[in-house]
Amino acid sequence: MKRTPLIIVAAAVALAFVPQLGLPAFYDSLLYLMLHWIVLATSWNILSGYTGYFSFGHGAFFGAGLYTTSTLLARYEWPFLWTLPVAALVAAALGVALGAVVFRVKGVRGELFALLTLAITFVIGTIVVNTPIDGGNGVPLSGVPVPKIGPTQSSTFYLLALAAATLTMLTAWAIFVSKFGAGLFAIHDDEDAAEVMGVPTYRYKLMALAISCALAGVAGGIHALFLSYVTAGDVFTITVPLTVVLMSVLGGTRHWAGPAVGAVAITALLYTFTAADHAIAGKAMIGVVLIAAILFMPDGILLRLQRVFKRAPAVAAPGAAHPPSTLTAQAELAAPSAGHGEVLLRVRGLQKSFRGVRALAGVDVDVRRGEILGLLGPNGSGKSTFINVVSGHYLPTAGEIVFEGRNLSGLPAHRIAAAGIARTYQIPRPFPHMSVLDNVALATMFGGTVPDPAAARQQAMTWLEFTGLAEKAQAHPDDLNLHQRKFLELARALASRPRLVLLDEVLCGLTPSEIDDAVALIRRIRDQGSTIVFVEHVMRAVMALTDRIVVFNHGELLAEGSATDVMQRPEVMTAYLGRPHLEPAHA
Amino acid sequence: MSGFTLPSISLLSQSILSGVFVGALYGLMGLGLSLSWGLLKLINLAHFAFAFLAAYVCYQMASKGVDPLLALGVIVPAFFAVGAGLHWVMARFKVSPFNSLLLTFGLTGIVEAIIQTIWTADFRKLESSYGEHKFKVAGLYMPVPELITLVLAVAISLAVWAVLRYTDLGRAMRAAAEDAPIASAFGVNQKRNALLLAGTCSALASIAGVCLALSFTLAPSQMYAWIGVVFAAVMLGGLGRALGPLIAGTVIGVSEAITMAVTAPSWAPIVSFTLLIFILVLRPGKAS
Repeated sequence: MKRTPLIIVAAAVALAFVPQLGLPAFYDSLLYLMLHWIVLATSWNILSGYTGYFSFGHGAFFGAGLYTTSTLLARYEWPFLWTLPVAALVAAALGVALGAVVFRVKGVRGELFALLTLAITFVIGTIVVNTPIDGGNGVPLSGVPVPKIGPTQSSTFYLLALAAATLTMLTAWAIFVSKFGAGLFAIHDDEDAAEVMGVPTYRYKLMALAISCALAGVAGGIHALFLSYVTAGDVFTITVPLTVVLMSVLGGTRHWAGPAVGAVAITALLYTFTAADHAIAGKAMIGVVLIAAILFMPDGILLRLQRVFKRAPAVAAPGAAHPPSTLTAQAELAAPSAGHGEVLLRVRGLQKSFRGVRALAGVDVDVRRGEILGLLGPNGSGKSTFINVVSGHYLPTAGEIVFEGRNLSGLPAHRIAAAGIARTYQIPRPFPHMSVLDNVALATMFGGTVPDPAAARQQAMTWLEFTGLAEKAQAHPDDLNLHQRKFLELARALASRPRLVLLDEVLCGLTPSEIDDAVALIRRIRDQGSTIVFVEHVMRAVMALTDRIVVFNHGELLAEGSATDVMQRPEVMTAYLGRPHLEPAHA
Repeated sequence: MSGFTLPSISLLSQSILSGVFVGALYGLMGLGLSLSWGLLKLINLAHFAFAFLAAYVCYQMASKGVDPLLALGVIVPAFFAVGAGLHWVMARFKVSPFNSLLLTFGLTGIVEAIIQTIWTADFRKLESSYGEHKFKVAGLYMPVPELITLVLAVAISLAVWAVLRYTDLGRAMRAAAEDAPIASAFGVNQKRNALLLAGTCSALASIAGVCLALSFTLAPSQMYAWIGVVFAAVMLGGLGRALGPLIAGTVIGVSEAITMAVTAPSWAPIVSFTLLIFILVLRPGKAS
């Protein structure tokens, strides 16, 4: 893993000697263009490939850098190299301003983001053309001196682009292997689940956008001087974003090096046809290549190659890593049963309405440390809403959620996860593109306190052993059956070392023998120190597991007490079974 | 910046009218795109290429003396077949929405190259008898080609709306868009319907292309100029809605025309896109 940055730097150093070969200036320019597109495509991929938020606004961010540099050069006569950081900053500021608005809107996902960024491109383009920034005629930069970095002017551009490309590739790699990158890929697969696992999705998207824009801004700044005559017509179009998307998809968006591979391939292809004076045929050829790539390599060249030369996954052998957690769990074992009575979660007057429909009409629930609290009620009584509100998926309409003395109401889901509350989904929501191990490791990194991905994987393995999924560590969630997916949900919830676990109908859809397994597992979860809120319809399990139950009906608390006692109360039986026929229904 | 100039009432109403005309073309262009995106989950960039190809075919036929509206009789079935064929390939390879965007972008490049090879990159203008007619109603000029576009756009949008709303076929298509496997389980022949719908979308593109040829000069590179604004109309109108693109297209066309009359033509793009941004950010649920 640590070899990769060395290889990138070594390649860059080797390539830096190319101008010494004394090739015709023409080759410098071709290589410059390749590196230029590597920067643009790779920077695009940091946001769009990693998180799945396809931006069609890369032309705008690139253009922001381009015009920043050209304005500073032409109007204020800044030295060229000093304009580059400013170009990066302006582009990043533009991106952050856009993202701060757009990412706040919950409905803006995937396609909407693509169109918004495309629209922004045209808006900014129009403003630039109609204001003195461009003035409609473009900005000539022919009088600006090119810094003497390489032996010739064209080699200077080549070296500048090489430096930018190296920086970009290193950044893309560093993010790819970091906790930050893992969070971005989780956003790609299931943003809501990622947030619940503790990924600060809003901040991460914004950071990725800022980095992506800054790098595009640098490319724009260099390109301004390369062009030496800047016009808005070529910049704020759909061509720049489509080209980078094309390159990235061709190379593979789920790999840090994919866009670079695509950029080299497309630039070379374009050059071959334009140089041979077959521009029209070239256009058609690119179309054909693109169609073939999409149809036969939908995941990109790089992943395709990886699949051909399948490498053995390098992961600690199951069983080798013995859980340090089981030891600590044993130590904590005594505490929960002793700590009965202390209130871990205190919910007061919790309300949640959806456009007038009251799902929760003000409930008071106390969860005591170390207990298994059953949460029961007929369909539509507000059980799942309760879990969704407590875990931060929904904002409460009114009421208070106090966990270990801290008021959590209104906090985003990732803060609640960090505070020590984890949940499972009734229908499992694993990250489909990640291995089972990485699914759990993500929760370890974000909910738990293990920031290093390798260490997180090791600890995740112990949780897979705990839930009996160790053999499936390298499988993808699609390969699991329902029972295993449910257990994966549990492993993910546990991996964040929560003090409170909210289980939403984990037993639903399981066979009787699978239910027995799950009941045993839930016991072990409590024994290793977690308090559990258990939403369930399977009465056998409720009777076997719970210390106490609460019953909801129509969003209100109907009854509270021990399971055997509560289930015999007439109002509870009425809620479940309806009124006996003897009473004529009056109203 | 040219500053604000207040145009006279007659100039303003003439430009609003021209906004309505161009808006109708936005709507007609957007209709097939919206249906394909909303109901088939395929974003067909080649829609624009098909429209331009149809425009050029119409131009070619007109130069041989064929009436453009009669040419529709050949163009529409031909493009229906092309659209259905394209969809067959995409369905065969299970292309995802974003990959469909890229694939059809590739196809657009191919079509552009074909057009450029046959008709060159020069501007072409269809000469038909319609172009010479123009009449005046209440002091406003009504060019016949634009009027044809408006009538076609309104009639077709209404027809598509009625089919989607009141026929079994339309209901089946909307059901399949919501949940294809379930719709199939209820006996909807989803594969056949999808081919039918994809063919119809391309046929709609070709009709828009003929209207385009009637009132605009053609150049292969021009197809990219339409993408942004038509997408705006599609998004504003709501995906998969028959009347949406026409209404939204008209709103955009008119606001652009007013902007051009009040400020300078170069400011026009900002209107549609600012409108789009506001709608998307304020009411994201509607568009998706």
